[in-house]
Amino acid sequence: MTSIETQVLQPYKYGFTTDIDADIVPPGLSEDVIRLISTKKGEPEWMLEWRLKAYRHWLTMIEPTWANVKYGPIDYQAISYYAAPKQLPRLDSLDQVDPKLLETFDKLGIPIAEQKRLAGVAVDAVFDSVSVATTFRAELAKYGVIFCPMSEAIREHPELVRQYLGSVVPTNDNFFAALNSAVFTDGSFAFIPKGVRCPLELSTYFRINASSTGQFERTLIVAEEGSHVSYLEGCSAPTRDENQLHAAVVELVALDNAQIKYSTIQNWYPGDAEGKGGIYNFVTKRGACRGMNSKISWTQVETGSAITWKYPGCLLQGDGSIGEFYSVAVTNHRQQADTGTKMIHIGKNTKSTIVSKGISAGHGQNTYRGLVKIMKGAEGARNYSQCDSMLIGSECGAHTFPYIDVRNSTAIMEHEASTSKIGEDQIFYCKQRGLSAEDAVSMIVNGFCKEVFKELPMEFAVEAQNLLGISLEGSVG
Amino acid sequence: MTAKPPMLEIRDLHASVEGNEILRGVSLTVRTGEVHAIMGPNGSGKSTLAQVLAGHPAYMVTAGSVHYDGKDLLDMDPEERAREGVFLAFQYPVSIRGITNSYFLRSAVNAIRKHKGLPELDPLDFLQVLEDKLKAIGWDDSFMNRAVNEGFSGGEKKRNEILQLAVLEPRLAILDETDSGLDIDALKTVAEAVNRLRGPDRSFVVVTHYQRLLNYIVPDYVHVLAEGRIVKSGGKELALALEEKGYDWLKPASVGTAA
Repeated sequence: MTSIETQVLQPYKYGFTTDIDADIVPPGLSEDVIRLISTKKGEPEWMLEWRLKAYRHWLTMIEPTWANVKYGPIDYQAISYYAAPKQLPRLDSLDQVDPKLLETFDKLGIPIAEQKRLAGVAVDAVFDSVSVATTFRAELAKYGVIFCPMSEAIREHPELVRQYLGSVVPTNDNFFAALNSAVFTDGSFAFIPKGVRCPLELSTYFRINASSTGQFERTLIVAEEGSHVSYLEGCSAPTRDENQLHAAVVELVALDNAQIKYSTIQNWYPGDAEGKGGIYNFVTKRGACRGMNSKISWTQVETGSAITWKYPGCLLQGDGSIGEFYSVAVTNHRQQADTGTKMIHIGKNTKSTIVSKGISAGHGQNTYRGLVKIMKGAEGARNYSQCDSMLIGSECGAHTFPYIDVRNSTAIMEHEASTSKIGEDQIFYCKQRGLSAEDAVSMIVNGFCKEVFKELPMEFAVEAQNLLGISLEGSVG
Repeated sequence: MTAKPPMLEIRDLHASVEGNEILRGVSLTVRTGEVHAIMGPNGSGKSTLAQVLAGHPAYMVTAGSVHYDGKDLLDMDPEERAREGVFLAFQYPVSIRGITNSYFLRSAVNAIRKHKGLPELDPLDFLQVLEDKLKAIGWDDSFMNRAVNEGFSGGEKKRNEILQLAVLEPRLAILDETDSGLDIDALKTVAEAVNRLRGPDRSFVVVTHYQRLLNYIVPDYVHVLAEGRIVKSGGKELALALEEKGYDWLKPASVGTAA
């Protein structure tokens, strides 16, 4: 192994387990299990029906195999679909939260206790299948902003949930989305009313803790006319030999002139150097720019998971709407990532921008897969795509599959791609100026990812820095 | 002048790359404040000597010793050598995408300051240092906010190396063919900056193929390297003799023509 590789292949720092009494449903999936989840959540009948419909459809579906990833068969009957720490019913005061949970999130750098909260960020903390705390809710309510766990939204705001849930990612959209629709447990719901610029960054932190469980969260964000919101998502899991399934669905809806900025730092346990263990991250994320001149921007920094299968996309329905996708995907060890985006141009004068940075090290395999589709009525659509790959070492791989489907001749499409390798010469140059090999690699990788990092909100830029071991100084802002 | 202590002492240095021996017993003493020129034909080992002194991992030292300020230089990591004041102006500087020159330089300055137990400079302090240095060598700051060497012309890259030299204030500066690829105006600009950086506490090893550079950076000593050995040493007039007669008359007859 070269000096560069040793620098990049750092051990996973979030692999601890919290010892806590949990209410875990035995492994297995059936209509009864779905009924049980629905009952535990205190859901109305319509929600249960929605789940069952999704489940029945899922039974007819086949797991997709087209992705450029390899893994053994998943036994869906061996997974437990619900795990929740035993605690008092959720109350407004955090005094009721088990101190072990507060401690867990503290350790992850996501303090949720009153006195330690992150300034300017409202956090919904999800532990296995349930949300354990949501901060700053009263402050947000003053602006009419709703930010709460999904299970609560189903009970408290059924009219909003019924209107929007599944409207961007239908229950039968794909295998994993159908599974999620049947068994999803928690996640976040955010609603920004007309004309409101959300005063805080909204954030959800997902933590998997229990073993042999899957995490199936569901997030829905609705931005009404003229509203703005920036949402951050983070995640991690303990170090385990087994593979754990994480199949989430995220739906975003932006009405006229609304803007949603969705940022993700994905740091699920990636498995060990030999590829043992790690999270299977099979996620469907989609935003609908439903209104005129609306804008949805996805920024993701993917460093974790054994396998990532994820294509956050935008349906550009409103005339003049804008979709953006900025991505850094890192694959080390035996990690595999097949990730990219889908930009579907439907409205007139719609614009999309794609900037993808793939970094492969060790035996990592990194695939960019992106679709840009210009529909017949999308007069004057524009797309700019840039896909850059960086290789560290000689055993890793980078692959690019751009799909372009243009049905309107007025479209303007640009695509750029590059592949580069961190060389010993680059490292030596930095060392000759007094920098350590570690700082040299950080600097080179940081420079490579700069266009994506500058899209991250400040609060998250720091987290990205911690995750990649990268100094962001000079590249942010 | 010879009363000064030796800063760099190279003794019978042998080095190879990918199994080929390039340096075959180089000995050289550079005292504090002296400027030594290393000349020689292509393939004589000039650049190898520069790379070995800086610690490039591709070169294997097979015999001999190098002492810098009395310390075993070969025992030090490249970054440690740099922090101790050994600077190499590269013949082919690499580019680093997305990292500005000023950020890169500040990181380097701070790595060196940290090594010396000095507090790190924040961006504002550094800007002041940078301005002073630029003024000292008579240059503007036009490329400080561009990415390191990215899209730089050959001349800009060489200038950038000298600027780094000015800011990092090494005790021993090794210039590896800094004149290559420069037109006469650029050469003069670079040489003038180097001359301003000369001082009683700083030594230079100037590696060059052509005598031209030495018209502007006048050395104290000139050494001719051929077939991996120093075959002739002298004062600055030796460079002029080489200009006139070429290198062939100095080559060890037994080894034949250099590649």
